[in-house]
Amino acid sequence: MRLNKIILSFVSALVILFSTSVASFAKVVGDKIILGAAISLTGKYSSNGVHTQNGYNMAVDRINSMGGVKVGGKTYKFDIIYYDDESNPKRAAQLAERLISQDGVEFMLGPYSSGLTKAIAPVTEKYGVPMVEANGASRSLFTKGYKYLFAVLAPANLYLDVAIDLAVEKNNGKGVTVAMAFEQDAFSQDVRLGVLDAIKRTGSKKVIDDKLPKELNDMAATLVKVKQMKPDVLVVSGHTKGALTAIRQISEMKVDVPMLAMTHCDAAKLSKQHGKNSQYALCASQWHKTLTYKDDFFKDGMTYDADFTKEFGYAPPYQAAESSAALLVFKDAFERANSFDQKKVRDALAATNMQTFYGNIKFAPGGQNVDKPMVLFQVMCDDAGKCENKVVAPTKWASAKLIHPIPSWSKR
Amino acid sequence: MDFMVFQYPMISVQACLDGILLGILFALIAYGMALQWGVMNIINIAQGDLVILGGYIAYFMYLYGIHPAWGVIVAPVIMYFVGIAIYKLVINKVVDRDLFISILATFGISILFMQLMNFAFGADVVLANSDYGTTMLFNNNVVLPNSKIFSAFISILFAICLVIYMKKSKLGRAIRATAQNARAAKILGVDTEKVYAATFGINAALCGVAGALISITFTIHPYMGLPYTIRSFMIVIVAGLGNLPGVAMSGMGLGVFEEFADYILGTEFRIGSVFLLLVLILIYRRFKLSRKREYLK
Repeated sequence: MRLNKIILSFVSALVILFSTSVASFAKVVGDKIILGAAISLTGKYSSNGVHTQNGYNMAVDRINSMGGVKVGGKTYKFDIIYYDDESNPKRAAQLAERLISQDGVEFMLGPYSSGLTKAIAPVTEKYGVPMVEANGASRSLFTKGYKYLFAVLAPANLYLDVAIDLAVEKNNGKGVTVAMAFEQDAFSQDVRLGVLDAIKRTGSKKVIDDKLPKELNDMAATLVKVKQMKPDVLVVSGHTKGALTAIRQISEMKVDVPMLAMTHCDAAKLSKQHGKNSQYALCASQWHKTLTYKDDFFKDGMTYDADFTKEFGYAPPYQAAESSAALLVFKDAFERANSFDQKKVRDALAATNMQTFYGNIKFAPGGQNVDKPMVLFQVMCDDAGKCENKVVAPTKWASAKLIHPIPSWSKR
Repeated sequence: MDFMVFQYPMISVQACLDGILLGILFALIAYGMALQWGVMNIINIAQGDLVILGGYIAYFMYLYGIHPAWGVIVAPVIMYFVGIAIYKLVINKVVDRDLFISILATFGISILFMQLMNFAFGADVVLANSDYGTTMLFNNNVVLPNSKIFSAFISILFAICLVIYMKKSKLGRAIRATAQNARAAKILGVDTEKVYAATFGINAALCGVAGALISITFTIHPYMGLPYTIRSFMIVIVAGLGNLPGVAMSGMGLGVFEEFADYILGTEFRIGSVFLLLVLILIYRRFKLSRKREYLK
């Protein structure tokens, strides 16, 4: 009898606990719109995961302090439930399930990296949960016919094709020779496809096409080939380790190449880690603080840069800026939908056409942002060795003139 | 497949020299592994992670304005004590057990180290700049970064010091005695517990030196340890235990093999080619052994 009582009270306690926890995490509670996000706070993507979280938090604070989101004549504030996906795609997919089916979240923010977004997208799609993501650029995300996935960033194939166009322009419109070294992950291979398209389009020629391994820390073989073949452009994409290894070995091996274009320069803190050796490298970026886009919340890139630096103690990489932009997109969509119905919010997201401090945002049917070009900046250093990233392309936003060809190592 | 390396003789020279310099560094790590494998019968899966931890010590010295080359002195000292601590906490509980248990235990240590380094130092790829410049050979056709030459030189220096220490010192003799027959050594008054701890410490110290050199020559990252473990394992398998010249030759051979595989098959198959070589060598050894057995029958 006594045992039965104990069991009964234990079960009732569990039921009460479970029901309250579900109620407290429902999609809209009181004046709060609760968004869910699985972010890499530990594991190999944790640095960029933290940038993503900081970007989200900064936008939540800003939107909430400036009046929040107005839906149906009532004002709501954003709140985010975070889980750590440990940089693991399987874990990310489990957490997305948990956020949706246990915590009752009905709107999601994206994780960091294309790989993790790929893992989460089928889950959000299955439950019809609109997800605005800011850090998954792989082209394959946008060719699967997802209806609830929206990316504020430009797809990966647009990262470095601008560099080939620029090299052709400098070569008086004639095709150039291109050496390529790309890591074998989804993102870098998409960047490669974009470069291949540009090579075909401009009548250029590929002379080296090396694939870099995941555990890359030596690309001397590729660079020896570059020395031998003397291409007009060397393109490297292998996340931060690719950028760091390339600059270290190019400077040590004195490899002269007229143009060097790469990705992940600011994530790799190239100019800080390599100083003057990184000078003249061209880097693809989703955003730069000097771009002249504006919005009501963060004003412009320079203000965002200053505010973010003040709050978090470091200058915002583009991963943070695009994450903040994702919240602005959600706010705009909620207000236009004037409802929390997932279908209506999804349709409002699909019809987005706005400008943020990060860039214009307009989604193609596949979910990618088609209204924001990539920018290329070049690392430029003064005589004292202080280096800065200056936008050199597209010309509309250029704050400095492209230095081309790169002076040879013997003249530096 | 790309046979450029054979079309241009200078590329072959470059690949050979790069491979030898790299191989000497691998050999240092492998020597530590061979030492503790021979003495304690433990295959240390966390070998590469100890290397990376040593690299972080040099990197932090560099961050605080100290030249990272000093890391080759500071890192082994710190790593020696890290090694002793790991021994006292975990290894001494598995040292006389089945080999499989020790592999599991060191695998656990490896995962723990990766996560701890990631937690403490962040997930960014980092490096320490030595600014040692470059040596140009053969009319500037072969380029050798001085950091690689420095790494090879320091590795050789440490290996020589260790050989002398093992031959001349009391502890060295005790380590060799324990490696030959632990039970007999114990009966004759050798404190094998102390010998095991010191051996693990020396191995960790060697990893520390190698790590400092890797941070100067390449890049480091909390999850980059495994390829170094695999390479050491491969070198030790080829050379056998307690055979320093064998380890050195096998290390350099592996370095050159990797470089050529890189040029011919592509960088993406670099580590894969090491695995393939390992499998081939194991098959060859088995084949040789079975023939020997037949002969004995």
